[in-house]
Amino acid sequence: MVATTENNVATAQVTKGRSPWADARRRFFRNKAAVFGLLLLVIVTLFALFGGFLAQWSNEELDYNVMGQVAELGGPSIASGHYFGTDDLGRDLFARTVQGTQISLAVGVVGALIAIVVGTLYGATAGYVGGRVDGIMMRLVDILMAIPYMFVLILLLVMYGRSITMLFVGVGLISWMDMSRIVRGQTLSLKGREYVEAARATGVSAPVIILRHIVPNLAGVIIVYATLLVPLMILTESFISFLGLGVQEPLTSLGALIAEGAGTISYGTVWQLAFPLLFFVLTLFGFFFVGDGLRDALDPKDR
Amino acid sequence: MFTYSLKRLAIAIPTLLVLIVVSFMLMHAAPGGPFTSEREIPPDVLANLNAKYGLDQPLWRQILSYVWGIVTQFDFGPSFVYKDRTVNQIIAQGFPITLTYGLISFALAVIVGVSLGVAAAVRHNTWLDYIAVGTSIGAQVLPNFVMAPILVLVFTLWLGWLPGGGWQGPEYWIMPVIALSTSFMASIARITRSSMLEVLTSNHIRTARAKGLPERRVILRHALKPAMLPVISYLGPAFVAMITGSVVVDIYFSTGGIGKAFVDSALNRDYAVMMGVTILVGALTIFFNLVVDILYGWIDPKIRY
Repeated sequence: MVATTENNVATAQVTKGRSPWADARRRFFRNKAAVFGLLLLVIVTLFALFGGFLAQWSNEELDYNVMGQVAELGGPSIASGHYFGTDDLGRDLFARTVQGTQISLAVGVVGALIAIVVGTLYGATAGYVGGRVDGIMMRLVDILMAIPYMFVLILLLVMYGRSITMLFVGVGLISWMDMSRIVRGQTLSLKGREYVEAARATGVSAPVIILRHIVPNLAGVIIVYATLLVPLMILTESFISFLGLGVQEPLTSLGALIAEGAGTISYGTVWQLAFPLLFFVLTLFGFFFVGDGLRDALDPKDR
Repeated sequence: MFTYSLKRLAIAIPTLLVLIVVSFMLMHAAPGGPFTSEREIPPDVLANLNAKYGLDQPLWRQILSYVWGIVTQFDFGPSFVYKDRTVNQIIAQGFPITLTYGLISFALAVIVGVSLGVAAAVRHNTWLDYIAVGTSIGAQVLPNFVMAPILVLVFTLWLGWLPGGGWQGPEYWIMPVIALSTSFMASIARITRSSMLEVLTSNHIRTARAKGLPERRVILRHALKPAMLPVISYLGPAFVAMITGSVVVDIYFSTGGIGKAFVDSALNRDYAVMMGVTILVGALTIFFNLVVDILYGWIDPKIRY
C-alpha cells in the first residue's frame, strides 16, 4: 500500500503536467511574429526609459547654432550631438522623440488599464447578474458606442482645457466599452460552471464570486484585448495631438511630433517626420504582433 | 424582419436624443460663457445678448427649444462667433465636400479590401496571399494622419504629380481619398480573408464543389455571402472613423469639408458649431449603424427578429 503511493508520487513527478499558462507561453514563443513584436516593444521601451541618458541635449534647450538654418545645419549627425537632427526651433529631436515615446506609451497603457478595471467590472457584473440589469447596462453601452466619441473628446478638451489629465480621462472614457462587451460574453459562459454554482451554494456573496471566481478566469481574454487596446489608444492620442488639441508644450507625444514634422515637410527637413514616425510605427507593430500572438496563445476559441 | 427594424429604430431615436442632451449639458457646464471676453461687456448689452440667444431662460427650456429646433426644422441655431452666419450655413458649406471624398473612400475601401481579401483566401498560402497579408499588416499602422504627410512628400514634393491641397477638381480628390481609405482597406482585407478561409472549409462549400459547380460560382455564390457577415459588422465603426478622419484630411489637404468647420470652431470656442457638427455626425453614425443592423439581419438567417 505504502509502496503504491510512493510509486504514484514518483510517476506524478516524472510526467509533471503543464499548466495552461506554461502551455500558452510555449505557443507564444513558437510564434515568430509575436516574438519579433515583443523584441520591438522591448527596444521601444528601453529607448523610452533610457534614451534620455544618451542624449547630448535636453528636450527644451535651443541650439542657437542651427536656429534659422535648420534645413541646412539641423540634420541628423553624430558630431553635433543631434542624433535625430533638430526640430524647427532648434531643439534636439532625439530628446524630444524619447519624451514623445514615453508619453505615447503612458497614454496607451493608462487607457488600457482603465479599460481593464472599468470594462471588466462592468461587463462581469452585467453578465453575472443578468436579466433586466444586464439588459439595461448593455443597452447603455450600445447607446454610448453610437456616439462619435472623437468629436465628443475634442469637445471636452476644448471646453475644459487641454491637459494631459483630461486626455487620460477622455481616452479612458471611451476605451472600456468594447472590453465590457467581451467580458460580459465570457462571463455568461462562465457563470453556469460547477465551481461558480458550488461557491453560490456555500453562500458566497455575488461581488466576491465576481472578483474571486469569475475575473481570474477571464484573465486570458482580458490580457489579449488589453494588449490590442494599447495601440488603439496610442492612435487616438496621436490623432488628437496631430490636431494640436492633445499634449501641450513643452510636453510632446509621437502624434504631436508627427504633426510638427508633417507641417515642416516642405522645407526639406524630412528627418523631422521620419524619426517620430519610425518609433510610432515600431510601437504599433510591436503591440499588434504581440496582441495577435497572445490571442493565438491564450484564446481557447481559435485552437 | 419589419419588427426587427422597428426595434432597432426604437434604440436609435433615444440614442440621438441622449447625444443632443449630453452635448448641450456639456456646453452649458463649460467654464466661461460664449460672450466672455477681455473687454467688460455692459450688463445691459449682456442681458440683450442673452435674450437674443435665449440664454436667459431656464436650462430645461433651452434644451427643449434646441431639440425642438433640430427635430422640426433641422435648425442648429446661430453661430456664437460669426454674427451673420447660422450653424446650418456653415455645415451646408462643408458637408457636400466631406460626403464626396468620404463616400469615394468608403466605396474604394470596401471594393478593394473585399477583393483583396477574397483573392488572398482563394489563393491561400501563395505569393498573392503573402503580399495581401503583408500589405494589410503594413497599412494597419498607417492611419490617415500618417498617410497624409507621406503622400504629400512623395507625390507633391518629390514627384510633383498631384496638387498638395485645395478642392477644385478630381485630381484634388486622389490624395485625400487614399489617405482616408488605406487603413480601412487593410482592415477589411484582413477580416474578409480570415472569414473567407473559415467559410471555405465549411460543409456547404464541400457539397457545392462535390456536385461539380465551377469554382467561380462556388466562391461568388456560396462562399461570399456568409463570409461578408463580419465585414458588414465592421462597416459601422469604419464609417464613423472615416468621418472622424475627415478632420485630418480637411486640415492637411485644405479640402474645406466639415472637419475644417469643426476644428475652426474648436479653436474659436464656437460651441454652437461644434455641437451642430457633433450631432450631425452622431445622427449619421446612428443612421448608418441602423442600416448595417438591418442589412445584417437580412443576410444572416440565424438572427432572430
